[in-house]
Amino acid sequence: MANETLKTKKQAYDAQVDKSLAKRPERKNLAHDRLYTPLDIEELDYETDLGFPGEYPFTRGVQPTMYRGRFWTMRQYAGFASAEESNQRYKYLLEQGQTGLSCAFDLPTQIGYDSDEPISEGEVGKVGVAIDSLADMEILFDGIDLGKVSTSMTINAPASVLLAMYIAVAEKQGVSPDKLNGTIQNDILKEYAARGTYIFPPKPSMRLITNIFEYCSQNVPQWNTISISGYHIREAGSTASQEIAFTIADGIAYVDAAIKAGLNVDDFAGRLSFFWNAHNNVLEEVCKFRASRRVWAKVMKERFGAQNPKSWMLRVHTQTAGSMLTAQQPENNIVRVTLQTVAAVLGGTQSLHTNSKDEALALPTEDAVRVALRTQQIVAYESGLADVVDPLAGSYYIEALTNQIEQECWEYIHKIDELGGAVVAIEKGYIQREIQDSAYKWQMEVETKQRIIVGVNQFQVEEQPPEGLLRIDASVGELQKAKLANLRATRDNAALAQKLSALEEAAKDEQINLMPFILEAVKAYGTLGEICGVLRKVFGEYEAHISL
Amino acid sequence: MEKRIRVLVAKPGLDGHDRGAKVVARALRDAGFEVIYTGLRQTPELITEAALQEDVNVIALSLLSGAHNTIFPKVLELMKAKKMDDVLLIGGGVIPDADIPGLKAAGVAEVFTPGTPTSDIIEFIKANVK
Repeated sequence: MANETLKTKKQAYDAQVDKSLAKRPERKNLAHDRLYTPLDIEELDYETDLGFPGEYPFTRGVQPTMYRGRFWTMRQYAGFASAEESNQRYKYLLEQGQTGLSCAFDLPTQIGYDSDEPISEGEVGKVGVAIDSLADMEILFDGIDLGKVSTSMTINAPASVLLAMYIAVAEKQGVSPDKLNGTIQNDILKEYAARGTYIFPPKPSMRLITNIFEYCSQNVPQWNTISISGYHIREAGSTASQEIAFTIADGIAYVDAAIKAGLNVDDFAGRLSFFWNAHNNVLEEVCKFRASRRVWAKVMKERFGAQNPKSWMLRVHTQTAGSMLTAQQPENNIVRVTLQTVAAVLGGTQSLHTNSKDEALALPTEDAVRVALRTQQIVAYESGLADVVDPLAGSYYIEALTNQIEQECWEYIHKIDELGGAVVAIEKGYIQREIQDSAYKWQMEVETKQRIIVGVNQFQVEEQPPEGLLRIDASVGELQKAKLANLRATRDNAALAQKLSALEEAAKDEQINLMPFILEAVKAYGTLGEICGVLRKVFGEYEAHISL
Repeated sequence: MEKRIRVLVAKPGLDGHDRGAKVVARALRDAGFEVIYTGLRQTPELITEAALQEDVNVIALSLLSGAHNTIFPKVLELMKAKKMDDVLLIGGGVIPDADIPGLKAAGVAEVFTPGTPTSDIIEFIKANVK
């Protein structure tokens, strides 16, 4: 057999290399094998393991022609200070050729507090835009046709409230909900595990999520109801395999919860979407994307018995790795982001955010954001990387590593199943500990120089403090407070009180879908803090598992 | 035996990024310090209260949300009010260079920004603990 000859030759090569290693040692801490050959993919079956793009198991991509027809959606995550200022940034990005919006909200908004609550002090408008009520949302999308743009909102615990606000703004523009395109992140499990903007305990949180799945399947059918996110798990320090494994385990928990709530898997599964990190190791990342599609397809088809091919597809948004940006020699970050962009594109992402060079220091300036967007445009229009579907397929290394990551992913999924699923694994702190261990290992590798970060632990230079960083005007807190005071004085408070008490009663009955009640409260100009306050009263708040 | 240095690693404000806080906490523990980690969303009141109860020598604040100019001085105010003169306050996170002199003038002993090796933090604490 041909492979027998090859095996012998490979052994001879290995023996030869071993002899030379004493004289010419290899670098330490190399994650993968030295060389890949046909021997590493002997078991690979083209039709079952790879297939064609747009076909099960989607290893080669979710669309038949990928970027030959339309490029990925270039979607820069933006939002800061007030709705007025963010609205200006969105319009700028659309003028620059961006094809979708992506809203960043400040922390009080993400945790369901109004800007005038004491706990919001100092945080208003800092990491995103402050949204207290429908009035702010109307300003945020002023002059932007919601029937034409697709909007992604990074909002989780209060996702139902922000989605309701979006629907209400669209209605005022004369756009009906069935015309709306976009995504809410709505992924609470990774908030408990890695990102930290949770409000309620897991059980009512999972109910809110399944309420959204159901409501959207009937009323907002083109909306992506969740973006099951590995991005933040990776940012918290996980490995590539852990990123997709923990995220797919979260995905399994959401599908389980929705089926338990009585939904038919094919009614909602096609609207589930994912969110991956594009990290530094280009080819490992490509394999991660490919492996994740294959695992999810198998999960949906084999485990959940989904029939509709759309239910099997792992569609993914990607962001380049923020944690890999360096505060040192920030210009170098443009190169890092370029490589990460290459990984995302060769991995077959559906949309992409590229980070700006100055984001290890502050929120990005307009100029830095433009370079980041241009990076995507150069890769798309000039590099040729988007011209052929899944061009790396068939490489011994790529296929072997795709298999290996898939294998590691299944091992974690089985382990999490044994623990009782992702919710239990998070409550026990298992997933958090695995991530922390990887983060600590990474840091120690950097400190012992087993891992070199250019400009950080090698090739350093004396630097002047960076200039021209974006600063958020502290007055945004005062502006929001004034807007809230005015709102509370001018709205129909009696009508709102009725809507809020109706929401409270509905929240007490697990069988009721809360979306219509939240929408009513939003339209009566109830604030985010008031609506979440009602739910806090009924649901209580999550107490985090702390482990080191 | 020499008394071990006790450190409270705290996450003030609403920021959920705790990779840095946890890595630092673990590095300090591996360096032989007693480390208490507060978890997320701690108010300045809760942090200073915990520091008193745990009788720590050092409070290490981690913040990446940009709210440091509001929150760090509040912690310092409460430390003064509670007469915690013997406690060292340090901070870290995404904190622009331009803000560091102001924070130091207010009483933050040192601010560690991205890329700092944990060994620098360990050495700083050993050299400056009161």
